Amino acid sequence: MIRSKDLLGIKELTPEEIYHILDTASGFRDVLRRDIKKVPPLRGKTVVSLFFEPSTRTKTSFALASKRMSADFVNFSVSTSSVVKGETIKDTALTIQALGADFVVVRHGSSGVPHLLSKILDISVINAGDGANEHPTQALLDLFTIQAHKKKFKDLTVAIIGDITHSRVAKSNIYALTKMGAKVRLICPPTLMPAEVEKLGVTVFHSIEEGIKKADVVMPLRLQLERQRKGFLPSVEEYFRLYGVTTDRMKLAKESAIVMHPGPMNRGVEIESALADGPKSVILEQVTNGLAVRMAVLYLLAGVKK
Amino acid sequence: MPKNILDHNDIKRAIRRMAHEIIEKNKGIENLCLVGIQKGGVILATQLASQIESIENGIIDVGTLDITFYRDDINTKEEQPVVNRTEIPCNIDGKTVILVDDVLFTGRSIRAAMDALVDFGRPAQIQLAVLIDRGHRELPIRADYAGKNIPTAFSDLIEVSLEDDSIENKAVLINGD
Amino acid sequence: MTILIKNGRLVDPSQNIDGTRDILIKNKKIEGIYPTGKGPDADKVIDASNCLVIPGLVDIHTHLREPGFEYKETIKTGTMAGVRGGFTTLCCMPNTKPVNDTISVTEFIIEKAAKEGACTVYPIGAITTGQNSEELTQLEALIRAGCRAFSDDGRPVTNSQIMRRALEYSKIFDVPVISHCEDLQLSEDGVMNEGFVSTIVGLKGIPKAAEETMVARDLSLCELTGGRLHIAHVSTAGSVKLIREAKSRGITVTAETCPHYFNLTDDAIISYDTNYKVNPPIRTPEDVEAIKAGLKDGTIDVIATDHAPHHLNDKEKEFDSAAFGMSGLETAFALSFHLVKHDLINLNDLLSKLCVNPSRLMRINKGTLSVGADADIAVVNPDTVYKVDSSQFLSKGKNSPFNKWTLTGSIEQTIAMGKVYDWT
Repeated sequence: MIRSKDLLGIKELTPEEIYHILDTASGFRDVLRRDIKKVPPLRGKTVVSLFFEPSTRTKTSFALASKRMSADFVNFSVSTSSVVKGETIKDTALTIQALGADFVVVRHGSSGVPHLLSKILDISVINAGDGANEHPTQALLDLFTIQAHKKKFKDLTVAIIGDITHSRVAKSNIYALTKMGAKVRLICPPTLMPAEVEKLGVTVFHSIEEGIKKADVVMPLRLQLERQRKGFLPSVEEYFRLYGVTTDRMKLAKESAIVMHPGPMNRGVEIESALADGPKSVILEQVTNGLAVRMAVLYLLAGVKK
Repeated sequence: MPKNILDHNDIKRAIRRMAHEIIEKNKGIENLCLVGIQKGGVILATQLASQIESIENGIIDVGTLDITFYRDDINTKEEQPVVNRTEIPCNIDGKTVILVDDVLFTGRSIRAAMDALVDFGRPAQIQLAVLIDRGHRELPIRADYAGKNIPTAFSDLIEVSLEDDSIENKAVLINGD
Repeated sequence: MTILIKNGRLVDPSQNIDGTRDILIKNKKIEGIYPTGKGPDADKVIDASNCLVIPGLVDIHTHLREPGFEYKETIKTGTMAGVRGGFTTLCCMPNTKPVNDTISVTEFIIEKAAKEGACTVYPIGAITTGQNSEELTQLEALIRAGCRAFSDDGRPVTNSQIMRRALEYSKIFDVPVISHCEDLQLSEDGVMNEGFVSTIVGLKGIPKAAEETMVARDLSLCELTGGRLHIAHVSTAGSVKLIREAKSRGITVTAETCPHYFNLTDDAIISYDTNYKVNPPIRTPEDVEAIKAGLKDGTIDVIATDHAPHHLNDKEKEFDSAAFGMSGLETAFALSFHLVKHDLINLNDLLSKLCVNPSRLMRINKGTLSVGADADIAVVNPDTVYKVDSSQFLSKGKNSPFNKWTLTGSIEQTIAMGKVYDWT
């Protein structure tokens, strides 16, 4: 059973809680396949999104997830609100609570902001990405997608490729996959590998050819193009040559391997275009599953006693 | 002390009688569909269906319906919701759908089930079959077919154990006081 | 007015005294030390039975915030926090607004401290104008106005040539140059120690090398110039090693650490509590052990507080944008006394690091109970166990990671320039 009113990260979840979310999500995926894709469990509830970083995909996914469950969804626009006038995040959060929201879905460039809000607020806080810490709903939808294709997690080999240091998606997936018994390999240049990451029970590779070998799941991450300016990489072209996931390199993985990407993709930077559109790609499925997973999260948190 | 209110023979007889009533009331089984409500109604629905099928020598559609998303008590219940499978095997537009559940109590599950059902289509009629009607309705809902009416106190608990054709099948009443 | 403190265990490393003595104060000066029971009658008598009577503590690293940041702390509240913590001398860092890089700021601090301060305050002047590492301040004028040392604390002197000149030029006046060792490129945007914990919480790390490369540079410059280098807030095992090695080669370096560097480790940041955010950051258990070893073998000469009070508004925010620093004056003694309780160092060594060495470094006649010295004394009950309640701090800065900690060793009375503050 879910213990916390908040979803702060995968770190904080037990494998049982993760399975419970995934099971509930499959119920919602069935709902999404019907003609009438709307169910009433969150009728009268209000979900407010508070995004301090631009994001269309995650915000839209949460908005639709809320609406499919008959909740009201309101976007608290940071760029046009009092936040730009210097209001503290604490005051902003308390304002949203006072407006009667039941959930606040927060994204922020600084790690730990959802944790800060969870201490301040009585309502449920859902982390939609905080700094380089976590993006738990992305990892849950990735698990859901992997489960749909591979049926199990135990002893699966998942290769995550790219800017691990700055990636909350990578972090959440590392926690999620290792908790479920999968083997995680991280592949990236040493400049983009976080300190002492091996202690999380992952294996580190600097060569994509070695790291991708016999993998069941291959997951390139989005490369933020400003990394080049900051000196992490000599050039984006060199990155693609060294770490780009291509059809040729995918031949080193298992025959049955799938390719995932958290989006938005830089075609020709971290992933070859043809591969993204090819039969091994489950990238659009991930998007659909994201909706079901976010519905499950909202729904289950609503049922946690405050 | 739990008190036995139905043993496996009572249950078998009740199902047989309900099967006959269903056939009689609907003048056959054409256009009929049984839908068991998760979790207590699912096995009852399959048992009712096989009883009806053996009487009528025909085949009847049986589905399952999970009403978790349609409940109105997500915030008030102690235990958290667990989602089960929903499987509606046929197009229910214009059909007579018989909702099946083990115990009819406040009527709220049935209300949720009807809401869920109409999201799948527009049945001509919805009927209700329950093994036990224990009273205490909070909504204007009644069973079209009831295996047994059992007077209870509101705080009592009724537990139905139902497996495919088992002699362990029974219903017990646990005193709530 | 005479005050007699009697029946206490008097410990003063500056005179090699450790035993029960009575001590008499007259006209704000120490008048005499007597065998217990032999002290003369006095206007006021403090019974220090079961207590330690020690020199008032000397902090060479305090941020009093005034002028410019009075909402965080003032000279009045900062010195009150000091005496509450057993400190009777505070040397305040120059990163105020304006920076203490001109005599008018120095004079302001000294006047204000004389008028409103609860204890003695010595200003530390900036090494470079505006702390921008470009040109040296007027050292001679600042010293004449009352500065006892120079530092750009809060920032490093990034220009190595300027640092060299500072170490050379300060030799004329025999004053220490206190170095905040941080390579700003390596620490850029960092908010905590770089390591496994920073990976877990996803916060940008400050590698130990950001401190150590600068320690190494300054040690080289110290060797080159023969100036008086003092390394502020040592936080890493590597720095301890570099300093130890330099001292063994006869380099004229001194070093300080702060209670948080031997009491806290970075795993506390898992909760994103911004009270743990400090620069340099709290490090790993190995670093804590190395700092303790450095304190034990004398590599680290001084325990300073780096008292950095902040308003709640500067702390109750995103970890990335919260202010660096901890309110330290009111917990420093007990947190350091812990080392004695656990037999890591003896009381004599502890008081050397809290009284004698800092006074020597600043060339001030403080941190001693010798006859004729200022009546700066702390009476400590070494057995009192209490729970820290930062909301009760006299400092405006309630930003303590030690809130709710149980500590041993309470300040019973502080006598600052003959004035008695009774906390019982």
